[in-house]
Amino acid sequence: MMRLPPFAYLAPRSVGEAVRMMVDHGPEAMFVAGGTDLYPNMKRRQFEPKVLVGLRGIQELVGVRGEATTGLVIGAGTTLTDVAEHAAVRGHLPALATAAGLVSTPPLRNMGTIGGNVCVDTRCNYYNQSYQWRRAIGFCMKKDGDICLVAPGSPRCWAVSSTDTAPVLWSLGARARLVGVGGERVVPVASLFKDDGIDYLAKARDEVLTEILLPPVDGLRCAYLKLRRRGSFDFPVLGVAVALGLDGGRVKTAKIVLGAVASRPREAAEAGALLVGERPTPALIAEVAEVAARPSKPLDNTDLTHPYRKKMTKVFVARALRRLAGLPDSPRDEEEVA
Amino acid sequence: MSTEEFSVIGKPLARVDAWEKVVGAARYADDFFLPRMAYAKIRRSDHPHALIKRIDTTRANALPGVYVVVTGRDFPAVRFGILPVSQDEEALCTDKVRMVGDPIAAVAAVDEETAERAADLIDVEYEVLPPIMSVEEALAQDKVRIHEYGDGPNIHKAVAFEFGDVEEGFRQAALVREDVFFYQGNTHLPMEQHAAVAQWSPDGKLTLWSSTQTPHYVHRALAKTLQMPPAWIRVIAAPVGGGFGGKTDPFSHEIVVARLAQLTGRPVKIGLTREEVFYCHRGRHPVSMWVKTGVTKNGEILAMHFRSYVDGGAYGSYGVASLLYTGALQTVTYRVPRYKFEGMRAFTNKPPCGPKRGHGTPQPRYALECHLDKIAEQLGLDPAEMRRRIVVDEYTKTANHLTITTCGLRECIDRVVEASGWREKHGKLPYGKGVGFACSSYLTGAGLPIYWNDMPHSGAIVKVDRGGGVAVLCGATEIGQGSDSVLTYVVAEQLGIDPKDIRMATADSDLTPVDLGSYSSRVTLMAGHAAARAAERMRILIHEAVAKKLEVVPGELVSRGGRVFVKDDPERGVSFAEAAVLAETMHGTLACAGSYTPPKRAGKFKGSGVGPSPCYSYTACVAEVSVDPDTGEVTVDRVWIAHDVGRALNPLLVEGQVEGSVYMGLGEALMEEQVFREGLHKIPSMLEYKSPTTLETPEIYTILVETVDPEGPFGAKEAGQGPLLPVPPAVANAVYDAVGARIDEVPISPEKVARAVELKKQGKPARVGPERLPVFTFPEPVKVASAFGEAADPSVKRKTQV
Ligand SMILES: Cc1cc2nc3c(=O)[nH]c(=O)nc-3n(C[C@H](O)[C@H](O)[C@H](O)COP(=O)(O)OP(=O)(O)OC[C@H]3O[C@@H](n4cnc5c(N)ncnc54)[C@H](O)[C@@H]3O)c2cc1C
Ligand code: SF4
Repeated sequence: MMRLPPFAYLAPRSVGEAVRMMVDHGPEAMFVAGGTDLYPNMKRRQFEPKVLVGLRGIQELVGVRGEATTGLVIGAGTTLTDVAEHAAVRGHLPALATAAGLVSTPPLRNMGTIGGNVCVDTRCNYYNQSYQWRRAIGFCMKKDGDICLVAPGSPRCWAVSSTDTAPVLWSLGARARLVGVGGERVVPVASLFKDDGIDYLAKARDEVLTEILLPPVDGLRCAYLKLRRRGSFDFPVLGVAVALGLDGGRVKTAKIVLGAVASRPREAAEAGALLVGERPTPALIAEVAEVAARPSKPLDNTDLTHPYRKKMTKVFVARALRRLAGLPDSPRDEEEVA
Repeated sequence: MSTEEFSVIGKPLARVDAWEKVVGAARYADDFFLPRMAYAKIRRSDHPHALIKRIDTTRANALPGVYVVVTGRDFPAVRFGILPVSQDEEALCTDKVRMVGDPIAAVAAVDEETAERAADLIDVEYEVLPPIMSVEEALAQDKVRIHEYGDGPNIHKAVAFEFGDVEEGFRQAALVREDVFFYQGNTHLPMEQHAAVAQWSPDGKLTLWSSTQTPHYVHRALAKTLQMPPAWIRVIAAPVGGGFGGKTDPFSHEIVVARLAQLTGRPVKIGLTREEVFYCHRGRHPVSMWVKTGVTKNGEILAMHFRSYVDGGAYGSYGVASLLYTGALQTVTYRVPRYKFEGMRAFTNKPPCGPKRGHGTPQPRYALECHLDKIAEQLGLDPAEMRRRIVVDEYTKTANHLTITTCGLRECIDRVVEASGWREKHGKLPYGKGVGFACSSYLTGAGLPIYWNDMPHSGAIVKVDRGGGVAVLCGATEIGQGSDSVLTYVVAEQLGIDPKDIRMATADSDLTPVDLGSYSSRVTLMAGHAAARAAERMRILIHEAVAKKLEVVPGELVSRGGRVFVKDDPERGVSFAEAAVLAETMHGTLACAGSYTPPKRAGKFKGSGVGPSPCYSYTACVAEVSVDPDTGEVTVDRVWIAHDVGRALNPLLVEGQVEGSVYMGLGEALMEEQVFREGLHKIPSMLEYKSPTTLETPEIYTILVETVDPEGPFGAKEAGQGPLLPVPPAVANAVYDAVGARIDEVPISPEKVARAVELKKQGKPARVGPERLPVFTFPEPVKVASAFGEAADPSVKRKTQV
């Protein structure tokens, strides 16, 4: 079977201690929470940290606090199962409950955390392979090599942001609290990501993501749709998160965020703007979906073909909007109903 | 015959190994830990096609914890392979690698981590050759050859047969239709990754425990490659955590651990990674197919011509048989009076294909059943009704000289048509919903062994202990299909005892008589017969002794409920344990052997050895699907499947096999594919090689049809493979019913369906599938008179009507 490389495991009891340990061990160290992303990656030698700073024993990172009406606060160490099943999350932020509940499999959701999910490594099917496989094809720049195998002329890595929850958090306007040696800061989730498959997080190495702060829910409707082959296990190869602030049938605010079509979640801002001030009619939705698919730039490095994923962006955005507008999934069904 | 006359046969009993498997007590090969054991790792090729220029093991040898490093030079220069005609594999490649993953060197070390590190420290220099990744490339490259043998450059085998004048049949036909299909390759994906442990005893004898379906063939391969007397080699098949044909070849890692154990003087274990299992492969061949059929206006087939172009991968494996199977069973389901088959298998630089559940027949079945669906539509006939009319006749021969005994296909068709509401649904469901129909047949054990011999295919010994315990010794291999249970039931029924009083000792070349292995759906029939015969002999000995004691004649006795008693006076009798004492007193040690050799019924032409079987199972299937026209996603909502199993020795086990087959068939139909990029397997992991989960598995309604075949033990036929066959075409036909688009290529992925729907919208032919075939000239066909409609030989016992 595949074996882990050797490493030392440290078990801090507080965020402060964790940050200190990280600083002490420098670039040889990594944080680990549930380990559901990191350990399999280590078996494939995508990461070979000498030291792991475990976040599982830090109580302050666990749990959902506050009220939806004033803004929930979710500890980064809360498991995806707990997020997906939390009554207030389900009731007020169903898209988040859906996204968390669609990650991988039930056993992995019992281990995996929402913090780990936001920070989850980008993916590429030239990279998520064993050391021996990668050696055979000739390593790529994300690990052990110097070129990109998907886009050979490219100076950068195009590995795919594959988190389910981040697009939803972004669409909801959530913020993230980061604690590091330099102190503490709160940033929008939207600014947590960089458009680079290797250096994909705008976060210092020593910074722990401690909590996710959600804005008060107020007339907000949200949805998340995930494209993947099977009903379980699979990472998204397209995620569509939509959040609409509605005011008497008219759209007050609209955010459409696409996941798994680039190295970071991508907001389809132009498309969202088309909705503001309007009623979400079938015709408008069709137009918005067309525009929303523009920033979707998948490459051939995941399951399903990239032209298909691009095509589905339009279908999924339209579906998500139609659901929020109370319309059936497809205009065809509408005709049949009528 | 009704099951009332049986105590054990036909009852839905729990499997004999249920508990040990459920609680995790079963010891699979990877669960063996022996004192002083070392761990092995194989260094595999990074290139799909290359010459090995140099192998330097210096750095690996220097790593602390490494016991030994070996290359191909440390083995006798002998090749092996499952078929005598394709001895083309080496324990470790010496001069040339033919695929990424080919074994080059191996390490034994103190632990697996060290072994892996050492394997990576082996330096290999290659001279890279152009990779050949498809049949077309194999044909285009006549300078670069993967192997030096075969029927042409990169052609492993090419065959052609004609049974009767097909052109004449086409001339008489009201409709002649041609279609082209492609069936993508896929793999078995058993839960258990292959593992093996080897140990040498101080007197120089070898024992190998392995997760194998065919310990007997592994035994032969070890003797050959290690150049040792077979008598000094003991091969034990550990319980197998799923095989499906993927553990039916002898493998390099089995030979390698044996040699490493010899060199280190330690037991050596190897457990393959999932990626390495993808390299072992031996799975479904990718096949391009062309079929041409001439029919009357009622759909009666007058002639059929079938061509298959088979992508074999890097080695022979079972390939010659697989190739012949792509042409052998077309005639066993429907009446085909004239039949022509041409086929070729090419070598390519990919993991070798071989036997996967249904061995060589799901591909042509897909082509044939989709083709018939189109024919039915063209003739304006109901596809189920048309098929029902053309079902083969019992106790006749087919055009290609196969003998049909019982055939319950008409009943299977009637039952699934009824249960599924076919008549109310086909062509009548709203857009996006559809039903599809397909049938199939499969062999119950290959009629010929893999290596030429006249010995039995299976043997069993029944041994009775003084306490009334019974041991059954049989070479059969439990791979999860339930063979230990079936053999227990057969013996329990014969001796009239509780299955729990029986202990199975199986698949151990030292202790158990040979059974050829768990492949070709042969075990229930062949080992079942062997065990039944051994038990019957034992019963005769026991009855003789009890008759003497009770002062009756043996014919008056019956064994049932753990007693031996007088039939007409049940009070007069003895317990089975007492009977055992009486019998041992009279006869001495109680051990009886039984064996089974299938009838020799192959036609008298070269190539006739693939296809014959004592009897054939039959299946009919209806799939109901929902298709999302916007995304192309196909959801299978329900599957109805009726299977003629001859007799269900345990209906629970048969249903399990049928459901497992449906599940596997759906995976092949909808998503599984072996795909390659730059010479490498693109997705060698359980996460990225998409195989359905329980969430994709629909409600399956299984109907068992019993024809009580005279060839099977208690009338049983196979159930392990046949029910897979109609599933992919039933799904394809259902997709057509749902959205009017033909997907002539598996897997029926969402992108293909979406593309076909799009084509239809544009008013273009709504078909996605192969546009052309490889260009290949087949050899002149061997012309053999069609045996179609001839009565089965008199040696075939007709069933007694009851
Ligand atoms: C088979 C399989 C299927 C999967 N399917 C999906 C899927 O469908 N969708 C999906 O989104 N993910 C999927 N995953 C990935 C993973 O399980 C989830 O993303 C999970 O939420 C990761 O959380 P974790 O706590 O296990 O993270 P870990 O593995 O512990 O960590 C992941 C990364 O985040 C960093 N990290 C973790 N917590 C913090 C923190 N608090 N502060 C700073 N850095 C931190 C770690 O250093 C590491 O780099 C799958 C994984 C597997 C093995
Ligand atoms: S996108 Fe390119 S550089 Fe990045 S992981 Fe894939 S192949 Fe490597």
